[in-house]
Amino acid sequence: MIERSNVALTKADFASNQMVKWCPGCGDHAILAAVHNVFPKINYKKEDYCIVSGIGCSSRFPYYVNSYGFHGIHGRPAAIATGVKIANPKLSVWITTGDGDSTAIGGNHFMHLIRRNMDVNLIMFNNRIYGLTKGQYSPTTKQGQVTKTSPFGVIDYQLNPGELVLGVRGTFFARAIDSQSASLQTVCERMAAHDGCAVVEVLQNCMIFNNGTHADVTDKELREDRQLWVEHGKPMIFGKNRDKGLVMIGRSLKVVKIGEGITEKDILVHDETTEDTGIHHMLAQMRPPEYPMVFGVIRAVKKPTYNQMFQEQEEEQKLHGSVRNVDELLNSGETWEIK
Amino acid sequence: MTTKVVKKEDAVVRFAGDSGDGMQLSGTLFSDTSALDGNDIATFPDYPAEIRAPHNTIAGVSGFQVHIGKTIYSSGDKADVLVCMNPASLKSNLKWAIKGATIIVDADTFTEDAIKKAGYETNPLDSDEFLGYNIVKAPITTLTLEAVKDVFSDRKSAIRCRNMFALGMIFFIFGKQTTHADEYLQTKFKNKPEVIEANKKVIRAGYNYCENVDIQETPLQRLSVDTADMPKGKYRNITGNIATAWGLLAAAEKAHLNLFLGSYPITPATDIMVELAKRKSLGARVFQAEDEIAGICSAIGASFAGSLACTSTSGPGLSLKSEALGLAVMTELPLVVIDVQRGGPSTGMPTKTEQADLNQALFGRNGEAPCIIIAPSTSANCFYWAFEAAKLALETMTPVIFLSDAYLGNGSQLFRIPKMSDFPTIHPPFATPNDPEYQPYRRDPKTLVRQWAIPGMDGLRHRIGGLEKTDGKGEVSTDNLNHEKMVTYRKEKIDRLAERLPLQEVYGDEDSELLVIGWGGTHGALKTAVNELRQEGKKIAYTHFNYICPLPKNTGDILKKYKKIVVCELNMGQFVNYLRMNFQGTMFYQYNKVQGLPFEVSELKEEFNKLMNKGE
Repeated sequence: MIERSNVALTKADFASNQMVKWCPGCGDHAILAAVHNVFPKINYKKEDYCIVSGIGCSSRFPYYVNSYGFHGIHGRPAAIATGVKIANPKLSVWITTGDGDSTAIGGNHFMHLIRRNMDVNLIMFNNRIYGLTKGQYSPTTKQGQVTKTSPFGVIDYQLNPGELVLGVRGTFFARAIDSQSASLQTVCERMAAHDGCAVVEVLQNCMIFNNGTHADVTDKELREDRQLWVEHGKPMIFGKNRDKGLVMIGRSLKVVKIGEGITEKDILVHDETTEDTGIHHMLAQMRPPEYPMVFGVIRAVKKPTYNQMFQEQEEEQKLHGSVRNVDELLNSGETWEIK
Repeated sequence: MTTKVVKKEDAVVRFAGDSGDGMQLSGTLFSDTSALDGNDIATFPDYPAEIRAPHNTIAGVSGFQVHIGKTIYSSGDKADVLVCMNPASLKSNLKWAIKGATIIVDADTFTEDAIKKAGYETNPLDSDEFLGYNIVKAPITTLTLEAVKDVFSDRKSAIRCRNMFALGMIFFIFGKQTTHADEYLQTKFKNKPEVIEANKKVIRAGYNYCENVDIQETPLQRLSVDTADMPKGKYRNITGNIATAWGLLAAAEKAHLNLFLGSYPITPATDIMVELAKRKSLGARVFQAEDEIAGICSAIGASFAGSLACTSTSGPGLSLKSEALGLAVMTELPLVVIDVQRGGPSTGMPTKTEQADLNQALFGRNGEAPCIIIAPSTSANCFYWAFEAAKLALETMTPVIFLSDAYLGNGSQLFRIPKMSDFPTIHPPFATPNDPEYQPYRRDPKTLVRQWAIPGMDGLRHRIGGLEKTDGKGEVSTDNLNHEKMVTYRKEKIDRLAERLPLQEVYGDEDSELLVIGWGGTHGALKTAVNELRQEGKKIAYTHFNYICPLPKNTGDILKKYKKIVVCELNMGQFVNYLRMNFQGTMFYQYNKVQGLPFEVSELKEEFNKLMNKGE
């Protein structure tokens, strides 16, 4: 258990004295604001927060929060954070990372962090581009897009981080948008409350190198018809007039219109807690124009964390293990005396 | 007819057979029995990278060499007694036997098929090749089957006991009791009484066979090997890898910290992780990472969070860890990186020994990124050097590379059990909670060591990372002069450590004609060679390096005293070039070997004699 603060904390307790060097208008500022709001709300002792990052714009994050912070190397924040959490399970460990950091160079660590259900929170800033190196395509860049390193269009198939999370049976996956701050903050609070590896993908806009990459779902005109915000136990309804919903036909999800012979009762109710990844996978995959894109907590499943199981083994061995100190270890097994 | 017993100061026994024939077990039981009997011992397993290569082929031969005697530094050059469980093991191991050696073969295995597979044209036992050897053609398979016919009905289980027949024969030759082996079998197979019974019977059958051979054929030469003149105390047998693991545990205990090991399995270092994984009761936290990079990165995270953090690997893994090692240099966090070296480059020869990762340890990182480098020199002293590596890492806030090798790691030796009360307490430079003066890169003016503020400590929140930081405050900085200052600090911190290290010692006379220099795992053979030459009246001196970076501060003074210096190492000359770089103008000879094998005493003596006789 992480210690609670015995005084109420405020945003000011986490304000950094460093100049924030992201470009004006960058989506990263919104994520920073959300974290500044969420940390005092969770109200752990302020020294018990530890933010670990990799490389990229997202990874400058630790410098902008007054907490313990570790700015790592490219792709490795998941591995570094794993060591932090195993060494001290009483810390609230946060990873800030990007699409390049965690799905390209650090894909291996990202996958295994989630598979192990390491008890950490990971925010992936997905701007679908390498921003800090000035505009090369990443695994999440749309196919066909022209970037500095794809002058004739990207031929890589696009990676969807949520599918990767679900593919290794992650216990928590949510999606949010930088420009929609209230819901971003709610999602971050939910992630902090989750015991286990919590991943939030934030669709984040890079004004300079990939402006508008998420516009097909974030555009003010389109967004109500293209964003489906799911809530556990509630029917999955969306649209400007709240008249569209999801139903299961055969083995696929379909968008239907409420009214034309279909009532709210026919709409599929979201269950974030089901262990089966099937429907969560379908939800994570959906893309406009045929489907809305799904936001909010898609999956939140209770499972023992790596750290709980690790501690249980350690406690068991400390209680019942035969060797209690190094002297006993040295003298264990076959020994003999020379007189 | 009485058996002839030859007295010897030391003797080498080599067990060779198919992997899966149980040669490692026979060897271990013989070495443990000898140790219990009062001999000094050293062992070295020589096994293939394949787990079970095709039966009866050279590729599948697995060996285990045991050296016993009065004072033993190495696992010995060549075998006085060689056991070969099939033709392939004879073919590949004959070169490891002295002329005139006793060679025990399982004559039953010399079938036409096996002989061909081993690469012989005709049955080698019928050839002249073995004139001058004392060859014992024992029907080991037949006699083993015979011995256990009342215990096992199936041939497969019975055949598995053949290694014990060979062991029984070796016990006879060396006049050893079977007590220890019997006890081992009792414990090991306590739920399989038939296995215990069968193996005990076979050991006796082997022993008795030799007695009968004595009567029937040419007398078997029996050997009586001197016992050790060891200091009083409690002893055990230990491999270098286990000693390394335990040394780290000892350091964690003395620093009152949890030990964290983030590692990925790799030959020949895996045993360190396997051993530490058992030690949860001592607070050892082992994380089997998804790859080498995650191994070191998790260790860096654990170090940041206040553990004694380590990662264990071999050469290819050290290459993968390079970038992260630079991160540990930059963040000035304590970290122990264990490299159990093997034959390289690339995958190289995973099960064979080499010392060719020194350059990588010294120079294998981007930027100016010095690390402390320590090299153990015997299997047993891996314990002390691992402790020292951890102590230096913690007290200097710097990564330490520990260069062990396959020879030390897999080899075993007698180990006089120390008491933890005799070890110093380790004092990491912890920051004081709520210290208003705390800065991440504030340094001790004398040692240049920064303080360790651990997440969770009150009033010390700070950020560190791979970007260059300002002196003191630790904010991100690209200031040119600040960078130069920080680079200099990181180097100076290690240079100044030399002031606090013990002086390098030389064995032998100052007026020696030749100074022999070694480092790391070659100590046993070098010490034996120099000892023997000194006993022959030669003026030869020897110094062996365990502190590689920084070098002991009197290194230059030692070098100046000798006219001829030879640096011996299992690579193409990495340490000698490092010395040339540091001590320009000194003339060094070099003796190198890159065959995946340790030095032999005989080749070293020959080389040293040649150098001593060489004109100026």
